[in-house]
Amino acid sequence: MRDIAFGQYYPTKSIIHSMDPRVKLILLVAFLVLTFCTLNYAALALVVACVASIVLLSKVPVKMYFKSLKMIVVIVLITSALNLFYGTGEPLWEWGFIKITLSGINNAVFVAARIISLILISSALTFTTSPTDLTDALERLMKPLTVFHVKVHEIAMMMTIALRFVPLLLEETDKIMAAQKARGADMESGNLVQRIKALVPVLIPLFVSAFRRAYELAVAMECRCYQGGQGRTRMKILTLHKSDYICTFIVILIIVGVVLCNVLLPHTLR
Amino acid sequence: MSAIRVENLCCTYGANTPFEQHAVKNVSFEIERGDFIGLIGHTGSGKSTLVQMLNGLIKPTSGKIYVEDNDIWSEPKNIRNIRFKVGLVFQYPEYQLFEETVEKDIAFGPSNMGLSVEEIENKVKNAAKFVGLSDTLLKKSPFDLSGGEKRRCAIAGVIAMDPDILILDEPTAGLDPVGRDVLLSQIAQYQKAKNNTVILVSHSMEDVARVTDKVMVMNKGQLKMFDKTDKVFSRCDELNEIGLRVPQITKVTDALKNKGFDIPEGILTVDKAVHVISELLKKEGKL
Repeated sequence: MRDIAFGQYYPTKSIIHSMDPRVKLILLVAFLVLTFCTLNYAALALVVACVASIVLLSKVPVKMYFKSLKMIVVIVLITSALNLFYGTGEPLWEWGFIKITLSGINNAVFVAARIISLILISSALTFTTSPTDLTDALERLMKPLTVFHVKVHEIAMMMTIALRFVPLLLEETDKIMAAQKARGADMESGNLVQRIKALVPVLIPLFVSAFRRAYELAVAMECRCYQGGQGRTRMKILTLHKSDYICTFIVILIIVGVVLCNVLLPHTLR
Repeated sequence: MSAIRVENLCCTYGANTPFEQHAVKNVSFEIERGDFIGLIGHTGSGKSTLVQMLNGLIKPTSGKIYVEDNDIWSEPKNIRNIRFKVGLVFQYPEYQLFEETVEKDIAFGPSNMGLSVEEIENKVKNAAKFVGLSDTLLKKSPFDLSGGEKRRCAIAGVIAMDPDILILDEPTAGLDPVGRDVLLSQIAQYQKAKNNTVILVSHSMEDVARVTDKVMVMNKGQLKMFDKTDKVFSRCDELNEIGLRVPQITKVTDALKNKGFDIPEGILTVDKAVHVISELLKKEGKL
């Protein structure tokens, strides 16, 4: 259960780590859009190269990235396979009803490359940004929404708490599982129904303790006079540094590059 | 035949990562049947990891564990049988309760053993008696009990499996003084009645001094001492060095001894100290 790499913070020192989380978030969104705007191989190569350099710059072991890719390998394979067989035009190879065309191959490559870049770049964000920084950035970025009476601070606080509780609940699950195993609970064998039934002794105590923790946390927050976002000052005030401007500039250059590639070179995808 | 024998036990968490940590390093010992052992050590000294290895919840990185001369990992498929033999009560065990009634919850362990209904009922009754849970409580929901009752219910859940070796991780943590005393004497009575092996993991030196015959001291994953309880607690300076202390009363009597009074070393309980000191006073004609 501890092997879930996606969404885990990996603390080291790197350029990407030291960037402002707000900038990272905006650039991430820009990048996600960009990966889907690549219409020929030149543009795709540019994006892939950029993703690769971000991965390397983050100084997070490449093994971690592979771990987060492992989860979506099946999705990538299925979607590329589907795209491979649904191409149009002259078939290059035919066997019964299966036809493989050049456009099918192109589609498959693009889909795979796009999904993989998508995952890598989002992992890069979560690996290099601590959850609190991330929700901080979200809160700041969503601030304009307060005009529409959206409770931005409360949403951000809920996200912070939810994220904080994930490792706690995982730990709790491990503990309860161990305790029930010590009483002879069998969780490794049996058919599906038996296995689901075997989870009851774990889930009930887990829910009970989750409610208890939530209640205790609420009391603790109230004791410290927490009353929502109004009039609250921040301990860490986010400021933009030179590196943030440079990175933004580089990303703008890449966007321009991709647009130029799309405009000047013939499109591979239709 | 020893109840548990451990040879060169090691356990490493997160091997080959930046978070690598040696929880238990090269521990060897032998426990006889019927021993009441205390296991003390600083937080993070590897006590919990050690006891979880003893009942097969954590697989040791290297080293062997023998329960009644059988290597417990010789057949990994049968590891559940070891867990019935070596009962482990976790820290704050009340958080594992889940059934509708106390009775059913205590029966969870025995029913996992595949016993008949009568046998299960019998074991539940016995276990409830050992920890002092009344019949009316057995029909209640475990979530309606008080903290101390929940704790006893959870301990009964392990005792009901009738393990040859019972390990309790901090059974008295968070209980009030009366609850502590009662629970501790119940455990001691259980140990005497069954002549079972009991291992008590605790931070309270007073508790350990009161009930155990022998004490193991862990420090930074290594077994530092393993000796008779009074012998261990007479090594005050060494214990202080690794962040542990001796029971308060032992400190007092040791200080008296250093002042030149004729008092034996390693007095562990207040009762014993009262006895020894009043004897001494009588001898000197002051009482």
